[in-house]
Amino acid sequence: MKGLPPVLITAIVLVAGFALCAVQFPNIASTRVVGNLLTDNAFLGIVATGMTFVVISGGIDLSVGSVIGFTTVFVALAIERWGMPPLVAFVAILALSAAFGAAMGAVIHVFDLPPFIVTLAGMFLARGASFLLSTESVPITAPIYSTVSDFALRLPGGGRLTAVAIIMLAIVIGGALLLQLTRFGANVYALGGSRATASLMGVAVGRMTVKIYMLSSLLAGIAGIVFSFYTSAGYSLSAVGVELDTIAAVVIGGTLLTGGQGSAIGTFLGVLIQGMIQTYINFDGTLSSWWTKIATGVLLFAFIALQQGLVALARRPVAKRAGAVS
Amino acid sequence: MTGLLPRRGLAQILALIVILAVDRVVSPQFFDLRLQDGRLFGSLVDVLNRGTPVALLSLGMVLVIATRGIDLSVGAVMAISGAIAASLADTHSLAVVLAAALGAGLICGLWNGFLVAVLGMQPIVATLILMVAGRGVAQLITEGRIVTFSSPDLVWLGNGSILGLPVPVAIALGMLILTGAVVRGSALGLLIEATGGNARASELAGVGTRAMILAVYVWCGVCAALAGVIAAADIMGADANNAGLWLELDAILAVVIGGTSLFGGRFSLVLAVLGALIIQTMNTGILLSGYPPEFNLLVKAVVVLAVLLLQSPKLSGFAGVVTRLRGTKA
Repeated sequence: MKGLPPVLITAIVLVAGFALCAVQFPNIASTRVVGNLLTDNAFLGIVATGMTFVVISGGIDLSVGSVIGFTTVFVALAIERWGMPPLVAFVAILALSAAFGAAMGAVIHVFDLPPFIVTLAGMFLARGASFLLSTESVPITAPIYSTVSDFALRLPGGGRLTAVAIIMLAIVIGGALLLQLTRFGANVYALGGSRATASLMGVAVGRMTVKIYMLSSLLAGIAGIVFSFYTSAGYSLSAVGVELDTIAAVVIGGTLLTGGQGSAIGTFLGVLIQGMIQTYINFDGTLSSWWTKIATGVLLFAFIALQQGLVALARRPVAKRAGAVS
Repeated sequence: MTGLLPRRGLAQILALIVILAVDRVVSPQFFDLRLQDGRLFGSLVDVLNRGTPVALLSLGMVLVIATRGIDLSVGAVMAISGAIAASLADTHSLAVVLAAALGAGLICGLWNGFLVAVLGMQPIVATLILMVAGRGVAQLITEGRIVTFSSPDLVWLGNGSILGLPVPVAIALGMLILTGAVVRGSALGLLIEATGGNARASELAGVGTRAMILAVYVWCGVCAALAGVIAAADIMGADANNAGLWLELDAILAVVIGGTSLFGGRFSLVLAVLGALIIQTMNTGILLSGYPPEFNLLVKAVVVLAVLLLQSPKLSGFAGVVTRLRGTKA
């Protein structure tokens, strides 16, 4: 199992951090808080699962935050102003976001452009489009919204596992299975390892690139719907900067930003670590929310430095062997 | 493209002229200039003045990109230096304020450069760390408040005038000349391009690639800090949340519009600054035309895509696209 050690380290950081929080604030160790943690970070978990695929394949998707923002506005307007049934609106936006991702993937592949800059253009495009739709926050009053936000599985200890948290967990598990057990997943790893080698081994690089970005945008669309359930409104400025939180979660989860290694479960743990920091700061009450940013930055550095060290260690014996042969 | 354009930069100049012409149609008094209290006023001066922060950022960014790097942290560095300048402005002299703010930018640049050059991290990742954490640090300095000041010296930096030109414009011009003199007046520019073209080959040929990479990130940090001070001086305060927000993207866009390849190996300072002016002329034009400013993002997206497609290594002309598309269809 390659990529296991970083995931283990992430898990240890999560458990140790949670234990520290629990020692200081015993109330944190309750299903109520954990349930809220899952609910509050549901959209982040979903979008981060998609980002994991992109990053493992050696790319990056900066457009996800804007796609979430666009989705919330589109869904709100479609239901409230254009009189679409909610489910039709969901299908429409998911088709739209999948097409958007596919288009970005196609541009990246056909014109051989850096994913960074193509998805940056996508970010401008999606955010600009959502501004054009509406610059005001549009409340959603459709009955399905109150049904979904009221639905929850009771956990022992008074916690609630909400519908959005369940959706997120299902997507994380589905993503992990897709990545580990299918040909598609193996191809994602192959692309990240080496594009040229993957191509020579018969992977349809172009088609894979399109599919990977399509998946990322589709999951961003789902995350947008979940976000609209969470806030019961559509706002063009929602989820600004989420792409950074997402990339941070992916990196903290042990996925190599150069591609080829990583896991969906690790990303999920990375999301939980960020959520845990936020929860700690909320419990503390005296710390401002910007400490989250500093803590996330420190964690990012620690994990990237660790990866760098691991990569260097992995290379060393190979170099020695090569030296011995010659 | 090279057949159509005999000289580098013609495309950018033409683009600027076209956008200026559109602006003139949108707002008939666009080219009007008047002198009042020893200072020029008018839309053109406004474009220069508003474009200063991005122009300064692009001066540093273009060198970083020339080494095949990228610096995502410039917006956060602006927030940090602005916060420092605003906190010190009313109690210290201008020299101390500037030294502290620019020193902070230098340290930020050193940190980025250290991660990229010494630890060998990918530039996007290395600078992402400061981009995320930097805004938190800026909040730490301002203690989460919007710090205002009234020191006339610092305010002059943002709102004063030299020989009729707004001070920020004069500073940007000075920095352009200084940077140009240093990198093009010596072999430094060539060495930077060599590092970006092929770091390993340059290393073997005796170029100190690590020192080059470290130097460009430091310069980028200093330029960003200067932009942060000017932005803070302009509004007479520092807002750690919003100062320089998303400007890293504008700076990268300016460099790309200026024809500098994201794959490193060649750069043009003047064209990068021209790129910043093109962006600002578009912004001002959209504002004057009465369209909602949100329209900006869409226009920018289209411009990025158009420039990218022109720059695409797989694309030597429009014919290339057609044959390629036909090829994939068949």
